[in-house]
Amino acid sequence: MAARAIWKAVVRIGDERIPVRLFTAINDARVHFRLLHEKDKSPVRQQLVNPETEEAVEYAAAQRGFVTDRGDLVILTREDLEALEPPESREVEVLRFLPTGSIDHRWYDRPYYLGPDGAAGDFAALAEALKRSGREGVARWVMRRKDYVGTLRLHGDHPVLITLRRAEEMVEASQLEPPGGRALDTKEIGLARQLVQMLAEDFDPSSYRDEYRERVLKLVKTKASGGKVTLMKPRRKAASEDLGKALRASLEREKKRA
Amino acid sequence: MPRKDGGRKANARPERDSGEGARSHAIWSGTITFGLVSLPVDLFSAHRAATISLRMVDEDGTPLRRQYYCPREDRALTKDEIVRGYEIGDDEYVVVTDEELEAIAPEKSREIDLRRFVAVDEIDPMYFERAYFLAPATESTKAYRLLAEAMEREGRAGIATFVMRGKEYLVALLSEGGILRAETLRFQEELRTPEDVGLPKLGEAPARRVTELTKAIESRKSKDFDRDDLSDPSVARIHALVKKKLGSRKDVVKAAKLPDEPESTAEVIDLMKILKERLQGRDDSKTSRRKGDDGDGLENESKQALYERAQALDIAGRSQMSKRELIEAIREAQ
Repeated sequence: MAARAIWKAVVRIGDERIPVRLFTAINDARVHFRLLHEKDKSPVRQQLVNPETEEAVEYAAAQRGFVTDRGDLVILTREDLEALEPPESREVEVLRFLPTGSIDHRWYDRPYYLGPDGAAGDFAALAEALKRSGREGVARWVMRRKDYVGTLRLHGDHPVLITLRRAEEMVEASQLEPPGGRALDTKEIGLARQLVQMLAEDFDPSSYRDEYRERVLKLVKTKASGGKVTLMKPRRKAASEDLGKALRASLEREKKRA
Repeated sequence: MPRKDGGRKANARPERDSGEGARSHAIWSGTITFGLVSLPVDLFSAHRAATISLRMVDEDGTPLRRQYYCPREDRALTKDEIVRGYEIGDDEYVVVTDEELEAIAPEKSREIDLRRFVAVDEIDPMYFERAYFLAPATESTKAYRLLAEAMEREGRAGIATFVMRGKEYLVALLSEGGILRAETLRFQEELRTPEDVGLPKLGEAPARRVTELTKAIESRKSKDFDRDDLSDPSVARIHALVKKKLGSRKDVVKAAKLPDEPESTAEVIDLMKILKERLQGRDDSKTSRRKGDDGDGLENESKQALYERAQALDIAGRSQMSKRELIEAIREAQ
């Protein structure tokens, strides 16, 4: 059965408009837990509390506060924040097109497949034009009163829209100082590189499965039927003392395997 | 767009908001293994929780605390009273403990075993989910730097699966500028194919439309990626409003300090500051000089070692304890 579209939109490139539908590309197969009150096994709720009076404050009555560098707190009421929300729109506006791959995957958040909304010819033409251009588009839109930015590109032959993270969300590695210390031994670097080479493989996503999920479900089943669970304790390995020795032994082991 | 983990369902365990947890803010602690080399590390998020940090306050501007609350008993709960449960029926749950969740995959809960190295650009970007920085959890940073150097020079990323907070993750370990990053990848079964979604096959593209759209694309081409495109417009809008209110002194109060800052309000954590400190390795000499050192060496032990001692002493509630709490409980029990 076909999945349901989560949103209808119009991709706009200058004066060109292509009606599309968005479909989530993600299958949520993760195990979800609830936090419970141990005594009666009832789900707990999150509650806001005034720490001075210990009184509960309803979520709807709470407001937001912005703390300035000088220690002032500016109250932003619900009305304030609502007034700042962007106006509703169906438009996905493509600002510019960059060579595909210009946007590093670190910005990628959630992928959505696009499908035609009516005009199938227009949609096929969009896919074809993207393919010929070898480019991806930086797009922005407002969905359910929230601003989004994303990349419009192809996944195989299919147009996708992938939401991007915000610049403000990113902790940039370039602003961090890498760990320092005494210069590394070039021989050891060589050994480490050799080991990476020996373990080099093609990336095959089909060779990895979430096995843990099945184990959690089995554990739940065992416990639900009153079965006993044996606990094996996890161990944390100690740091290697002699790196050169550990690397040489690793290489020996891999050579034997090969 | 629904964000992951945005709902009420608790994927994470109850926050550990004191002692070791609060000091380090590490999301996961364990060992990277690379051949026979083991390298203890801590993981830190590479993403902030929000684009702008706002606090929940009441009408008078008093910062509010978030806490767990039992609707049946109508009262606040402490961390010790909270467990994790899996729903098996209407309002029916099976409780699972942290120990059990670790015990069903003891190695993967503590270890990222890099057995394969793939070319970084070979991974379809759709697989990438989120990123963490790795910091060495030892005083020596040598093994960390060596792995970073070898991977960067080879242009390869180490691939493994590991378990963090009750979930298994496929992860790519990348090195850039001497810093190691763990990027979680979606499992193949988590990504739908166009066929799964039921997308129709692409139809015939009318040549005229292709030409028009190609022209439209060409007229908007740009050479470089501009980071400014990705800034959140709501941040500027909020800053403008804040400035206006500060000017009129309307809705402005002195900020009160929240007594015990809960770790769950991730917006107050200065990730950058923590990372800057922790990337240079753990300074063990500082740790031992910290107050409360009873000379029994417990202060210098890793949390895992303390946990194992607590286990041997059969200390109840140990899985929920912070490092500080473990030390105290062990001293009491000995």
